[in-house]
Amino acid sequence: MSEKLVVNPIDCEGHGVCAELLPEMITLDEWGYPVIDSRPVPPGLVRHVRTAVSGCPALALRLLRG
Amino acid sequence: MTAVASHTADAVAQELPRLLPGADGRQGQDLRGHFSRHGRLPYRDQPGALIGDLEAAGLTGRGGAAFPVHRKLSAVFEAARKRRRVPAVVANGAESEPASDKDATLLWLAPHLVFDGLQLVAEAVGADTAVLYTHADRARDVGRRLRQAIAERESAGVDRVPVELAEAPPRFLAGSETALVNHLGGGPAIPTFIPPRVTERGLNGAPTLVQNVETLAHLALIARYGPRWFRAVGTRDEPGSMLATIRRSDGHPRITEVPLGIPLRELLGDVRPEQAVLLGGYHGMWLPAAQALRLTMDNRSLEQAGARVGAGIVIALPADRCGLVETAQAVRYLAMESAGQCGPCLNGLPRMAAALAELAGGRPRPQTRANLERWAGSVAGRGACHHPDGAARFVQSALATFGHEVERHLRGRCSAMTPKPFLPIPRHTAQSEEDWT
Repeated sequence: MSEKLVVNPIDCEGHGVCAELLPEMITLDEWGYPVIDSRPVPPGLVRHVRTAVSGCPALALRLLRG
Repeated sequence: MTAVASHTADAVAQELPRLLPGADGRQGQDLRGHFSRHGRLPYRDQPGALIGDLEAAGLTGRGGAAFPVHRKLSAVFEAARKRRRVPAVVANGAESEPASDKDATLLWLAPHLVFDGLQLVAEAVGADTAVLYTHADRARDVGRRLRQAIAERESAGVDRVPVELAEAPPRFLAGSETALVNHLGGGPAIPTFIPPRVTERGLNGAPTLVQNVETLAHLALIARYGPRWFRAVGTRDEPGSMLATIRRSDGHPRITEVPLGIPLRELLGDVRPEQAVLLGGYHGMWLPAAQALRLTMDNRSLEQAGARVGAGIVIALPADRCGLVETAQAVRYLAMESAGQCGPCLNGLPRMAAALAELAGGRPRPQTRANLERWAGSVAGRGACHHPDGAARFVQSALATFGHEVERHLRGRCSAMTPKPFLPIPRHTAQSEEDWT
């Protein structure tokens, strides 16, 4: 089952915690907002993705199924 | 080149216009005139019954996204069944794109087609709420005309679901689906994040069908004349007719109903190959006229050039205007119309507008063009709605089409022979939160 990591850009406040926790999939643009790899999450990173999702102070990250 | 179902101009002339009044039509058909031209409203007395005909007809949305109508109806029908919620239907006449006038024209000239379509989709999905959403500023007398039409239908007992009229604030994003639902629910007319889609959870949490008013008008005729009739014009993959807003050198918009697949050169008239053409409004695409003149008005053709039919806006930039100056003014408007909710859009669009103003103006700094390209690439796809993507596409197409103009400006020259703006840009934009409600 493929999962995609997405950010709700409305809730996102540009804290940048996600890029710290998941540099493999998230970088920050010049204003501090996340640029997220849109490919399905590799199985080996799922645990780190979940940590990033729960680590976001704005709860803006989501792991979507399918 | 895609095949046109009706090969001869005569055959097409016989079929069209369908939505707009014919040569003998009176201005703004009343209910009696409407029924004598098209016959009575053909209710099916069965939910879901219309969907098969719409699939056979191949009707796609005429609001810009060209999404298959039968699929949207099915989605709402299924969501209503699954969640045991009664759905709502909305006719979207917000027409927030300043360069478009076709929906206002349709509501003025053939409101009953739109109201018929709204009743038919309400029946198809089992809705108990129907709303017609129109643009506050363009209300002119359209509001009065629409209220008259509703009163006629009420006294004739035509409508099964009562129709509410609601107004969209004059904001560029107000016509987008989630913004519309947000506003009808009592909030500001700004987009919300998807998921959930409004077909799943929209107005008051109910599955909501939002269809452009022109789409509903076509639907009202398909219900009467059938899918084969609908397919008698247009192309095999993109059937039917559509309303287009054409602006040639004189600047006055002409609304015309055309078959999909019509060659652009028939719409553009006397345009020289060195001029530029804008397809699709301020989220659309600039092209050199030489290229546009080889294309036809259907997505299969336009996609080859990276463009889309959208809401049918075709603009020929006069030779005595500067594409950079016009684009700079439009992007400034787009920046001011950002909902300001998403970091990339809020940060990127004003910077893009300022950079374009620099390129259009006196002496741009050497890094400005590279910055502009980087920002356009950065913001695309990273907002909750398609505003940043649309703005980026518009900007990138301007850089590609007006490269020679950039060079000219660097040498202190400009193609504009007059300071008068050509593209229609609304004067007032949002000053405070109230302007979104």
